[in-house]
Amino acid sequence: MSEPMEPQGEPQPPASEEKPDGGAVWRDITGVGSRIRSALLVPALALVSALLIGGFIIAVSDTDLLKLWGEDPGAAFSDTLALVGRSYKALFDGSLGSANAVSETLFAATPLILAGLAVAVGFQAGLFNIGGEGQMLAGGMVGLYIGFTLSVPTVLHIPLALIGAVIGGGIWGGISGLLKARTGAHEVITTIMLNFIALFFVDYLLKSSIFQQPGRADPISKSIETTAQLPRILGSSYRVTLGFLIALAAAGFVYWLLYKSSIGFEFRAVGYNPDAAKYAGMNVVWLYVGVMAVAGALAGIGGANQIMGLPPYQGSSGFSGQIGFDAIALALLGRSHPVGVVWAGLLFGALTAGGRQLQGAELIPIDLVVVIQALIIVFIAAPALVRAMYRIKGEGEAAEQLTRGWAS
Amino acid sequence: MLELRGITKQFPGVLANDDVDLKVSEGELVALLGENGAGKSTLMNILYGLYTADKGEILVDGEPLVLGSPAESIAAGIGMVHQHFMLVPVFTVAENVILGVEPVGTGGWINRRRAAQSVREISEQYGLEVDPNALIEDLPVGLQQRVEIIKVLFREARFLVLDEPTAVLTPQEVDELIAIINSLKEAGKGIIFISHKLKEALEIADRIVVMRAGKTVGEVVPADTSENELAALMVGRPVELVVRKDKAQPKEPVLVVEDLVVQDDRSAVAVKGLSMKVHAGEIVGIAGVQGNGQSELVEAITGLRTPLAGQVILSGEDVTLDSPREIHRRQVAHVPEDRQRSGLVLSFTVTENMILDSYYDPPFSKGVVMDWDEARKQAVELVEQYDVRTPSVDVDLSTLSGGNQQKVIAAREFNRDVKLVIASQPTRGIDVGSIEYIHSRIVEERDNGAAVLIVSSELDEVMALSDRLLVMFDGRIVGEFDPKQTTNAEIGLFMLGSGGDQPDAGGESGERVGVSE
Amino acid sequence: MTAVTVPAGAVKVRLTAEEKRARILGGVYFALALFVLWAFALGVDSNLDATFKLSLPRDRVKDVEWAVNTRLVGYIVAAILAFLGGVQLTRGFAKRGNLVLGIGLLLFVLSFLAWAAAGTSFSLVGMLTSTVLLSVPVTLGGLTGVMCERVAVINIGIEGQLLSAAFVGTIVGSAFGQWTGLIAATLTGALLGAVLAVLAIKYQVDQIIAGVFINIFALGLTSFLATRVLGPNPDLNSPDRFTVIEIPLLKDIPVLGNLFFKHNLFVYATFLLVVALQVGLYYTRWGLRSRSVGEHPKAADTVGINVFRTRYLNVILGGMIAGFGGAFLTLGSTGRFEENMTAGVGFIGLAAMIFGRWNPSGVLGAALVFGFARSLQQKLGILGTPIPSEFLAMAPYIVTIIVVAGLVGRARPPAADGQPYVKQ
Repeated sequence: MSEPMEPQGEPQPPASEEKPDGGAVWRDITGVGSRIRSALLVPALALVSALLIGGFIIAVSDTDLLKLWGEDPGAAFSDTLALVGRSYKALFDGSLGSANAVSETLFAATPLILAGLAVAVGFQAGLFNIGGEGQMLAGGMVGLYIGFTLSVPTVLHIPLALIGAVIGGGIWGGISGLLKARTGAHEVITTIMLNFIALFFVDYLLKSSIFQQPGRADPISKSIETTAQLPRILGSSYRVTLGFLIALAAAGFVYWLLYKSSIGFEFRAVGYNPDAAKYAGMNVVWLYVGVMAVAGALAGIGGANQIMGLPPYQGSSGFSGQIGFDAIALALLGRSHPVGVVWAGLLFGALTAGGRQLQGAELIPIDLVVVIQALIIVFIAAPALVRAMYRIKGEGEAAEQLTRGWAS
Repeated sequence: MLELRGITKQFPGVLANDDVDLKVSEGELVALLGENGAGKSTLMNILYGLYTADKGEILVDGEPLVLGSPAESIAAGIGMVHQHFMLVPVFTVAENVILGVEPVGTGGWINRRRAAQSVREISEQYGLEVDPNALIEDLPVGLQQRVEIIKVLFREARFLVLDEPTAVLTPQEVDELIAIINSLKEAGKGIIFISHKLKEALEIADRIVVMRAGKTVGEVVPADTSENELAALMVGRPVELVVRKDKAQPKEPVLVVEDLVVQDDRSAVAVKGLSMKVHAGEIVGIAGVQGNGQSELVEAITGLRTPLAGQVILSGEDVTLDSPREIHRRQVAHVPEDRQRSGLVLSFTVTENMILDSYYDPPFSKGVVMDWDEARKQAVELVEQYDVRTPSVDVDLSTLSGGNQQKVIAAREFNRDVKLVIASQPTRGIDVGSIEYIHSRIVEERDNGAAVLIVSSELDEVMALSDRLLVMFDGRIVGEFDPKQTTNAEIGLFMLGSGGDQPDAGGESGERVGVSE
Repeated sequence: MTAVTVPAGAVKVRLTAEEKRARILGGVYFALALFVLWAFALGVDSNLDATFKLSLPRDRVKDVEWAVNTRLVGYIVAAILAFLGGVQLTRGFAKRGNLVLGIGLLLFVLSFLAWAAAGTSFSLVGMLTSTVLLSVPVTLGGLTGVMCERVAVINIGIEGQLLSAAFVGTIVGSAFGQWTGLIAATLTGALLGAVLAVLAIKYQVDQIIAGVFINIFALGLTSFLATRVLGPNPDLNSPDRFTVIEIPLLKDIPVLGNLFFKHNLFVYATFLLVVALQVGLYYTRWGLRSRSVGEHPKAADTVGINVFRTRYLNVILGGMIAGFGGAFLTLGSTGRFEENMTAGVGFIGLAAMIFGRWNPSGVLGAALVFGFARSLQQKLGILGTPIPSEFLAMAPYIVTIIVVAGLVGRARPPAADGQPYVKQ
């Protein structure tokens, strides 16, 4: 087919040009500042909108309340406001309202940050890693095994278990990377399939003699040694553990990896343009494997945290829960940048902690938090939608194309 | 008669069309000449209903028209044959022709027989032989173009716009196209022929209109003008149409290719036992219509594609199976065919692109850790040296123009000692000023002792630059020439495979390579 | 297989991808043959017979059975597989390669079944019937995928569409009757399809993200509402299900009658839908235009086809199909809605779409294969084979990976798949 000719001065919407100011630091700061402001506006509105819709869903799903609307709209209205008000209060109380709440937030944020980093690293290399769940399971199981097999002092036990988790998760993630690199199999499907496979495999292992708690018939594992338990860092009455600090350290590592190392340079090159990466001599096969392995390793630590960081310090069926999917929202919210992921993780941790309080106080199922998270995803991914909703003028940026289709 | 009067179109920052007038009568061919960016495409897009003019009108037979969409333009009898074909590769010829105006029965059932018949009728009437049931992706470019023309005639176009129709044709295919155009003219069709090829315009046009910077700057009759005059009108100044270089002084062979067999992405054999040599201090050009294995050949030499058989030897060492990085380390520079796809990462900064091929070595990285300050320093130097127009080295590469992007690649590749330069379509889609620059840099590398291999489908470019010219057809070298002692027509014959006998061209040996199903 | 001859003297550097694949396949055949020989023939008592029941107790023609000697079957299958391996390694099967592979795998499964049922009897017809049933949601999911991807919109959200429609179907069906429930479910699917379309086309959100959003949202909302609404109101979770409709005359054909003509409305509709779409896509104007939008939207635009409208239309139609599929999960099968009851079937539908090369008939074939794997898992559980149930449960997902990894050959999606169309 014929070549694309480049129009010179041929009408095209002109590409936005950055004019960084080499001189005045002050203008730099305000320049940067206004960019941060506009960059934060849409996510903030996204959060607010999602919460508002959540409140609406709460009100609309209360069948008793709905019946009341038919009978006494006035009372129904004030009851609705009261309900929604109480719900928001519960959310707030549960996440930030007390020292315990803050500890719960950090505690919930720990696996979320780790899983979010797993997705973010994938995004940076152009890969959509939905396999957080399976990778957490894989890493967690290895960590669990080391947790109850060895008898060594804590200062050795914890690192060894974490290393095991890294290896387990790394391998599980690497499988998808290898399939993608060698066969072109799209990672969305392979990671989801591997999630299911991991789930069943873990169930099998938990019922096997190696893992199973003696005397039980259901898939519950032996408990890990106390030396493998992650210590609580704010005192024994607050649940937040060393795991949170490890998550922060992991974020720091990812930052260094992506922006300060040559490997990260390669990850990002492959993410933006695998053809150019190949032409530049990068080994795209190994890069895909490497990226997914790193992602899997991060998720693996998250999985280990789920066992080592909270009682009953055992493995049970599907111990990674829905965190894998939440992590996607996190990575999107944090724009795949490790610092953003940490903030997003804290936010979602707050939502989760608050959601638990909401479930306890108002009997509202915690799945609502999932709905709110989903709404946040879509609002972040479609900034134009948010702008349209609130009638804000934007820069006309189209939403990012983060992934490619099946034919890679 | 089709008339465009006073067409004006403003885009943000650019006045694409400035009070442009154009007239075509039935049975007449008007050539519209102009450089990239002159406004030809905008004008045609307005005519075709894809854009709306800010001022001015379009009249057919004296009646003003409002053309808000391609459908309305088609209904008015205007047919566009696009430069980049608007054909669906996996559909048949007939399906492409009828798309949008399908002959249907109940429930939308397509009457395939009638479709094929219509195609055959039009084929016969205008000499556009093509099989209605062939898949577009299996057809050579020349035949695909015929399908585009049939498409337009099927919709009963009275006026045809041909946008750069000869960009991808060999001289022989151009002759065939001209015959078809003549039969169209005889049938009373009016034709607008858009091109930047002066020779062709002079040959076939009844009238020539030249555009520059959005305005019409000249309307002439071919008999009254010349190539040089037209070029001057197009560019606004007298133009150097020749590349200046001294005679080559070739030394030892740097690149030797022997009996190379390479498969393409669909596992068909694209390079069928090809042999050639490139010596230090000479520029070897490979001419040929795209799709005859040139891309695969270059990829095999640069390590991006593993050959099936044969050898690639660099300064005496076998590098057939080397990776791109290893070949790069052997002082080979590669300017890729599709710079935005293979050569650059548009979302990276200028700095990051500058070190795309050297980031893994000191001084830019120590082990795994990168030294961005060093990288930046180098980028600033190179931007200065190679005259890359950019506000800074920290902007995304996508903000640079095509010519400047190519200069970044040149800076990156030529900034070290290279023994072999491979440049694929080096000036595709680039403005005139940058073209001159790139050509002179290539000649400079040759004069510094490098071996240079140029692959280009622009015959003029390759004739002007090469010291030795090879013609590639169907995966083999079929002819070897001294550019000064041959003509475009002769090369064209070889490009089509109809050349004479040159059994030792390029240095290939022995048997043909065959593919059996 | 294309044979490439190389000039004399040239050094062949590596095997073509074709040759590599041929060798791997040949090895696979031999490995399977050896395995069958060892496990299903030699490892079995020589006097054990497996009885395959081919009729159901209520049939007109009763007690149709097929008894085979397990060891004998093992020997025969092993021999055939070895033969196939030999042919593969020497001459290869050219265009028939995949067909032969399918036959080989079928024989392997036959031998496996004979082994699993050694000494007892086993309702083969029951297993095949449940294959057809289990393939329905996968087929419908795959057809949804085809409708969307043929106009170049990737729909990852099929899972969410199925789940939402199942939920709506059960609530509305319990409250207002099964037909109303069916319609409501279909409309739900269409609504979510519209959401996907708006996000992908109007706002140009990355299509995979849009799909993931739909999945997460649907999962969260349906689980939430299941607890909040269905929990306290269990009468909203027990709709009338659609009953089996036996087609007179045809239902009495031995074996086939049970397989194909004794199903409920959904199964018949699914088959009809496959035919309708296959014909529609390739023989009608709608199909030609839709495909053009998916392959080369710019070309379609320049001949006057409204790319955006075509995409909206097809994605919403696809959503309706998904809605229909969701209705099947509740109204057409168990009747009860349970949290996350789809369990990945939407994604398997996507795999069926890829396996089926984006053709409706291919989707059906692939879905039958997946349904067979699922059905096998259930039956083997009943038979009490020593393989742990978790591994059997993994089987469909592993098969999906193998398919997607292109071990059955590369597939080409519509050319513009996943790319939003930007009008200049």
